[in-house]
Amino acid sequence: MLKATNLKITFNPCTPIETRALQGLSLEIPTGQFVTVIGTNGAGKSTFLNAVSGDLAVDSGSILIDDSEVTRLPVWQRAAKVARVFQDPMAGTCEDLTIEENMALAQCRGSKRGLSWAVKASQRDHYREHLAKLGLGLENRLTDRIGLLSGGQRQAVSLLMAALQPSRILLLDEHTAALDPRTADFVLKLTQRIVAEKQLTTMMVTHSMRQALDVGDRTVMLHQGQVVLDVSGEQRKGMDVKDLLNMFEQVRGEEISDDALLLS
Amino acid sequence: MSLFSLFGALEIGLIFSLVALGVFISFRLLRFPDLTVDGSFPLGGAVGAVCIASGMDPFLATVCATLAGAAAGVLTALLNVYLKIMDLLASILMMIALYSINLRIMGKPNIPLIMEPTVFSVLQPEWLVDYIGRPLILIVVVVFAKFGLDAYFSTQQGLAIRATGSNPRMARSQGVNTGAMIILGMAISNGLVGLAGALYAQTQGGADISMGIGTIVIGLAAVIVGESILPSRKLFMLTLAVVLGAIVYRFFIALALNSDFIGLKAQDLNLVTALLVTVALVIPLLKQRYARRKRV
Ligand SMILES: Nc1ncnc2c1ncn2[C@@H]1O[C@H](COP(=O)(O)OP(=O)(O)OP(=O)(O)O)[C@@H](O)[C@H]1O
Ligand SMILES: [Mg+2]
Repeated sequence: MLKATNLKITFNPCTPIETRALQGLSLEIPTGQFVTVIGTNGAGKSTFLNAVSGDLAVDSGSILIDDSEVTRLPVWQRAAKVARVFQDPMAGTCEDLTIEENMALAQCRGSKRGLSWAVKASQRDHYREHLAKLGLGLENRLTDRIGLLSGGQRQAVSLLMAALQPSRILLLDEHTAALDPRTADFVLKLTQRIVAEKQLTTMMVTHSMRQALDVGDRTVMLHQGQVVLDVSGEQRKGMDVKDLLNMFEQVRGEEISDDALLLS
Repeated sequence: MSLFSLFGALEIGLIFSLVALGVFISFRLLRFPDLTVDGSFPLGGAVGAVCIASGMDPFLATVCATLAGAAAGVLTALLNVYLKIMDLLASILMMIALYSINLRIMGKPNIPLIMEPTVFSVLQPEWLVDYIGRPLILIVVVVFAKFGLDAYFSTQQGLAIRATGSNPRMARSQGVNTGAMIILGMAISNGLVGLAGALYAQTQGGADISMGIGTIVIGLAAVIVGESILPSRKLFMLTLAVVLGAIVYRFFIALALNSDFIGLKAQDLNLVTALLVTVALVIPLLKQRYARRKRV
């Protein structure tokens, strides 16, 4: 379970370029729920995810994961609870390390790193099994540097890595945005499969309204650093993209163009 | 070149391969441009020499020197991690601070170790001459260091250090305490350099305050020369390349200094090193450009 209360983050405060990225954002996600997050460019989606992961410190507000307060913890101390996949495929893996070494790093997420071998023979089989499920032929390339893989392949491995260890929340920030449509579709399907298999509590940022409604159990829209729309259950099932736009206009009381939300 | 100077080159090359391994850890694995080594090398020499001169067992003295080097590395890392001082600057601060500290430790610009026991005089059997015995002992030390590092950097902890250098943001998101890893890596790196300094002082008959000048360039030269003679991405090969680089580099220097027709003297060493590093850095660029032109 994730509970964010009244989060505020201001970049460059008291300067001409002051940006109030989060303006009292509150959101509660029960365990096992898959939430899609939408919003215009600059709405604060990435800022929110970075606040949850600990990459950004909040100015005020509190973040609870499973009833334990993590607001002031650094990223590495939250890692046992938070798994994430970055938008940039290069960001989520270590290009100098091999595929198996990257997976070994993820295997240790949340536990102490000692002096035992990072990649053990038994784990190697385990990794191979996981990679085989991707159907990308990566199971035969365990000792290849991950820098040799394509963006889509790396993103798929990043997803596997995020799910290797149990986590309380999985953060996906436009993790298919840098991929070509076919690969993006593949990675999205993989995401749905892994989330369903492990029943992960998940937040996925996307710019596709279609995807936002089709994937997951609940859709949240951010605008100017706040949650302005929150639909789930029956209401969400009956909705299409047009309804979502209309609701947004009602809430904000202003016209927004389709382009602003980058419809698909 | 005489057999004597050949073995001399091997001896110094082996000592500097420890420096090169240290530089490899900071510059390559951690991507931390660390100039502390110019201070931690003479620090190791100073601590080793002072301890031995005061009657301490040479092995214990060498261990002390190693720990002193490690402490210097930790301090540089602390400046960077906690005080947020830029890595290069933090190491320069540490380097100049160490100059004064080394003078304080030694109390005078040099400490001779002519009659004192050294790790070499203790280990070396009577019937073996110095110039063969010392490189043999050093080979054992370097082999231990190389394989030790290979093993360490294949453990969970070692992998976390490599990840910290390669992609710190990803490392943190995987639960790696990157600050602690930088401190640990820098301790290992400068510990090796301190060890090299202590061994150097014991083979050269004493410690000298100026013995550290240019250590970093020699270490980097070894790394770069090694990488160009044995290009690889595998850790095992990389550390091997670094060790070989240090030895090969030393042979080149000995060759240059020994060939009368070039007319180089010992004081030209740093200039030659700087030129060599420049050439080694430029060659890959030229290769790339040449390869591109051929393709067009
Ligand atoms: N490091 C930063 N320094 C200054 N301003 C920032 C920083 N990061 C984000 N911002 C600003 O905060 C606001 C919210 O940015 P954020 O990246 O969260 O938007 P987003 O919803 O993820 O947008 P996008 O859809 O483009 O990814 C923007 O106005 C942005 O310019
Ligand atoms: Mg964003």
